[in-house]
Amino acid sequence: MIDVLQHVVVGPFRDIGSNPAFFGEVVIGGILAGMLYSLVALGFVLIFKASGVFNFAQGVMVLFAALTLVGLLERGLPVAAAFVVTAAVMIALAFVIERVVLRPLVNQEHIILFMATIGLNFFLEGFGEMLWGANVKKLDVGIPDRSFMMAGMQVNQLELSAGVIAAVIVAILAVFFQKTRIGRALRAVADDHEAALSIGIPLKTIWVVVWSVAGLVAIVAGVMWGAKSGVQFSLSLIALKALPVLILGGFESVAGAILGGLIIGVGEKIGEVYWGPLVGGAIENWFAYVLALAFLLVRPQGLFGEKIIERV
Amino acid sequence: MTARTIVVAALTLLVAAGPLLAPARAQDKSVFIPLLVYRTGPYAPNGIPSANGFNDYFNLVNERDGGVNGVKIAWEECETQYDTKQGVECYERLKAKSPVLVNPFSTGITYQLIPKAPQDKVVIHSAGYGMTASADGRWFPWVFNVPMTYWSQASAFVKYVGQQEGGLEKLKGKKIVHVFHNSPYGKEANPTLEELAKKYGFELTLLAVDHPGQEQKSTWLQVRRINPSWIYISGWGVMNQVAVKEAAAIGFAMDHVVGNWWTGTESDVVPAGEGAKGYKSMTFHAPGHGFKVHQDILKYVYEKGKGATKKEAVGEVLYNRTLINAMLDVEAIRTAMTKFGNKPMTGEQVRWGMENLNVTEKRLDELGMKGMTRPLKVTCENHEGNGLALVQQWDGKQWKIVSDWIEPMRDVVRPKLEEAAVVEGKKLSYEMRDCAKEK
Repeated sequence: MIDVLQHVVVGPFRDIGSNPAFFGEVVIGGILAGMLYSLVALGFVLIFKASGVFNFAQGVMVLFAALTLVGLLERGLPVAAAFVVTAAVMIALAFVIERVVLRPLVNQEHIILFMATIGLNFFLEGFGEMLWGANVKKLDVGIPDRSFMMAGMQVNQLELSAGVIAAVIVAILAVFFQKTRIGRALRAVADDHEAALSIGIPLKTIWVVVWSVAGLVAIVAGVMWGAKSGVQFSLSLIALKALPVLILGGFESVAGAILGGLIIGVGEKIGEVYWGPLVGGAIENWFAYVLALAFLLVRPQGLFGEKIIERV
Repeated sequence: MTARTIVVAALTLLVAAGPLLAPARAQDKSVFIPLLVYRTGPYAPNGIPSANGFNDYFNLVNERDGGVNGVKIAWEECETQYDTKQGVECYERLKAKSPVLVNPFSTGITYQLIPKAPQDKVVIHSAGYGMTASADGRWFPWVFNVPMTYWSQASAFVKYVGQQEGGLEKLKGKKIVHVFHNSPYGKEANPTLEELAKKYGFELTLLAVDHPGQEQKSTWLQVRRINPSWIYISGWGVMNQVAVKEAAAIGFAMDHVVGNWWTGTESDVVPAGEGAKGYKSMTFHAPGHGFKVHQDILKYVYEKGKGATKKEAVGEVLYNRTLINAMLDVEAIRTAMTKFGNKPMTGEQVRWGMENLNVTEKRLDELGMKGMTRPLKVTCENHEGNGLALVQQWDGKQWKIVSDWIEPMRDVVRPKLEEAAVVEGKKLSYEMRDCAKEK
C-alpha cells in the first residue's frame, strides 16, 4: 500500500521537483493549448448565450472556415483577400442559418434547436467536402513552426503566437459582451426569447450577429489548429477538446471559457506527463473530463455560472 | 387494386429482392470482392488513395485482360469511415453478394471479421495489417497477412536501426521511443519491440496517443525529456501529420524518425512542409508512377474515362500499396483457377488459391510490377509469406527508397507469432490443422 502511494503520489511530485525547467515547459505547453481550447469553447458559449442552444455544429464550423480559407489560398487569392472572403462566407452562413434553421424554430424547445444543429453539422461536413475535397491541406500562416529557448525552457513559436492571438480575441469578445449594447441584448435574448422580443430586442438580428461572431471565431480557431495539423476533416473533432472546458467553465461565461481552457490545458498536460506513464499513457483525453467533473462536485454551477435557486 | 398501387408494390418488391438477386448475377459471370473504404470522415486522406488503388487495379484487370481468365472482377464500395462498427455492418450487407474475399483495410474491422470468416467462407486479406497471430495458417486458415505482419515490420525497423548504428550490438544502451495510436493497430508492434529491447539491450519507451491525435503536446514533451536516439511511429490519420510536425518542431533529427508503413504517405508530410525533410518510413514497395502497371492503368483505365482519381494521384504511396494488395487478391483467384478451372470461384477455392500463392519475379514482370515489390510465396503454415521491407525517405518533394530490402528477424518473430496463434486460436475454439496432410 505504501509502495503504491509512493509510486502514485510521491513519485510524480519528486519528478516535478527534480526538473523544474521541464515542469515549466509542461505548464507553458498546457497554457498555450488551453488558449486554443478556450477559443473553440468560446464559439459554443457565444451561441449558447444568444439562443440557449448547444451548437453541435461548432466543430464543423471551425473545419468549414479553415477549408474555405485554405481553398481560396490554393486558388491564388492573396492572404488578406482570402481572410476577407472567408469572413464574408461565414457571415453569409450565419444569415442562412438564421433564416432557414433558427427562424422557423423560434420558441421551440431547446432540444429541437439542438437537433437542428446536428443536422447542420452533417450538412456542413458533406458540403465542405464536396466543395473543397477531403485531402490534407497545408496552411502556412507565415509563423515559423520552430522552437526557441527561454529561461531554460523550449517554447514553440507557432504555439506561442497562437496563444497570444487567442488571448487577444478572447479579450475583445469579453469586452464586447460585457460593455456593449449588443452584448447586453444578447444576454437578454438568452434568458427569454419572448421577453426580449417584447421589449424590442430584435431577435433575428441578434442571432445573425452572434452566429457571425461564432463564425469569425471559428476562422481563427481553424487557422490556429489547421496550422498545427494541416486542414483536414479531423479538425471538426477539436470540438471534443472544448467540452470539458464548457463543463468546467459553464456554457454562458466568456470568462469561464478562458479560465476553464487554461485549467484543462495545464491539468491534462501535467496529468499525462507525470501520471500518464503509471497507467500506460494516453490519459489526457479522459483526464480532462475527470478534472472537469471533479471540479463540478465542488462547484456544480461551474466556474462562473449562477447558482440556480428555484422556490417551490 | 389500382395500376399505381401495383407499380408501387412491384417496385418495392424489386428493391427488397435486389440483394437476393445480386449474388446469382455475381456467381454467374464474376467473382465479387467487397471494398470497405473510407472516403469521408477524419481518416479520408488515407482512405481515398487506398480505395482508388483497388478500383483502378480491378478495372485494369477487367479492361486489359477481360477479367481473370475470362471471369470479371465485380466489386462494390461501402463507406466505413474507418469505424469498426460501420465496417462490420458493411461486411454483413455485402455478404449477400457472395464475396470470395474481403480486404477490411482496418485492423479493428479485421479483428471483428476473423471469427466470421470460417462460417461465411470468405477469405480475409489484411495486407500488412490486422492480427499478427493470424499469420499462422495452421490456426487461422481463412486469414492472410501477406506480404508482412506488424511484428515482422517492427523487427525490420530494429534491424535497420542496427545497420545505421553500425551493428545490432551497438543498440545496447540506446533509447528508442515508440509513439503509437492507442488502438489494437497501434499496439501491435509493442510485443516485438519489447522482445527485441530485451535481446539487444536498448531502452524502449512506449508512448500512446489517443484517437484522433490532433493534440500531442504531452507526448512530444516526454520525447524531448527522454531524448531518444530513434523514434518509431505507428500512427494513422491526423495523428501522423501532427506527429511529424511535432518532431520537426522540437528540432529532432528527422532522419532518426521512422514511421511504420501506415505512417509514411504524402499527406503525412504535407503540413510540416520543409520540416518533414529527411523523415523516414517503412514500406514494402516502391513509391512513384514509373512502373509498367501505371502506364497500363493510364492507357486501359484512364483513357477510357474509368479512372478512380486524377492522373497525378496515380503512384501515390497508398495508391501503390492497394495496387499490390489488389494484385495479390487477383493472383490468388488466378492460382485457384489452376486447380478448379476457369470459372467463377467460391470463397473456399480462393482460400486454396491464396494459400498456394506464388508470385515470382517473372510473374511480377508480366504484371508490370517488377521492382515495385518483391516475389512472394504463401504456404499453409505461413500466411504472411516471405515479404521483405524497405525504408523510404521524404526529400521535401517525394518519397525515395534509401535502403536495401530488409529481411525481418523471422527467428525472433515466428516463435512469438506461433505462441500468440495458440492463444488467439483457442479464444475462438479453433483447432490446429496439420498442414502436412494437406500437401
